[in-house]
Amino acid sequence: MIIAITASAEGIDSPVDPRFGRAAYFAIVDTENDQCNSIPNEAVSAAAGAGVTAAKTITDTGAQAVLTGNCGPNAARTLQAAGIKIYAGVSGTVKEAIEAFKAGKLNETQGPTVESHFGTNG
Amino acid sequence: MAKQLTIAIASGKGGTGKTTIATNLAKVIAEDGKGVYYADCDVEEPNGHIFLKPQIEQSRTVTVPVPQVDENKCTDCGKCGEVCQYGAIVHLGNKKVLTFDNLCHSCAGCWMLCPAGAITQKKMEIGIIESGNSGDIHFAHGKLRIGNIRSVSLINQLKQSIKARDLVILDVPPGTSCPVVESLKNVDFVILVTEPTPFGLNDLKLAVDLVRKMEITFAVVINRDGIGDDKCEKYCQQENISILMKLPDDRRIAEAYSVGKMVVDALPEYRKDFTGLYENILQEAEK
Repeated sequence: MIIAITASAEGIDSPVDPRFGRAAYFAIVDTENDQCNSIPNEAVSAAAGAGVTAAKTITDTGAQAVLTGNCGPNAARTLQAAGIKIYAGVSGTVKEAIEAFKAGKLNETQGPTVESHFGTNG
Repeated sequence: MAKQLTIAIASGKGGTGKTTIATNLAKVIAEDGKGVYYADCDVEEPNGHIFLKPQIEQSRTVTVPVPQVDENKCTDCGKCGEVCQYGAIVHLGNKKVLTFDNLCHSCAGCWMLCPAGAITQKKMEIGIIESGNSGDIHFAHGKLRIGNIRSVSLINQLKQSIKARDLVILDVPPGTSCPVVESLKNVDFVILVTEPTPFGLNDLKLAVDLVRKMEITFAVVINRDGIGDDKCEKYCQQENISILMKLPDDRRIAEAYSVGKMVVDALPEYRKDFTGLYENILQEAEK
């Protein structure tokens, strides 16, 4: 299964970025072999609509779940429409997040956890 | 009759006295028998009506076009989402297209590019324009809908609704961002209101940069003269910018303001300052 984790830098040891739309990177991880491909988030400096654009990027990777700190309403709507599960409130490193996910310790989030623009100045 | 003159009252810093200058100027000019149209372009927070107390005679809803998708017609080409710079439309595959009205800037890219004709326009309400009269002054303002971000479109519509008069006075929102640029388009003359403080000077410089870039003739009015320091004046001297009026830091002006009274009504001794300002504007605008 492919999962996406918001990350503040490249690689599996980088910290989880608490923001979704304005996250620096997305760590795209295959849970079968823990192979991690870090892709930069093009929406990080977008004038507007970062959550939607970031969600589209995730959709195109084929990920079935997103692990992040917070998720705004536009991002949540887009991810849900694409059938991607959201796990918010995740912290620590990307590696720790993957382990927690595999161990079934994360709870699926059913909607946005913050208002629009929450991560803009974060 | 000379051609219509459009004057914009702007400032880099908020709360420097744009509305005080704009409304009192409108009043003395109208009392001089000239046809004056006052339009409050600060659509996020209009306040000119508090002082001019207009009789509103017309109110109309302003709409902008946003996309509406017929997913049955979608051919999954993805062009709509690719062209959108604001994330207002996103194509997720399998004929799934989402739209976000509040992010849309009505560029028309998506519905023009859709080869399947799956995207049509629908109307989104962004605010209202109210107009009427305050004595002899023709009055209009825009009110942006709460939560909406399309102030530029509303300002554009407000300006288009202005009917020709001898003089149009535009009360501009503070700052130097898009709503200010939209308000200043096609004006003949700009007054930059500042206060003689470090904050006032910093934001005055930003505003001067903007109006110079837009190549509009401008001059400065100093409000609350007597507070702060003389750095604004020195800056204007260095930059060869005319100071057309200094309104002193008079507690009675603030008291009149706090109860929604015009300066020229509450304190008639200031009337000559505003008529003088108008004469100075006419002279400067000729240059």
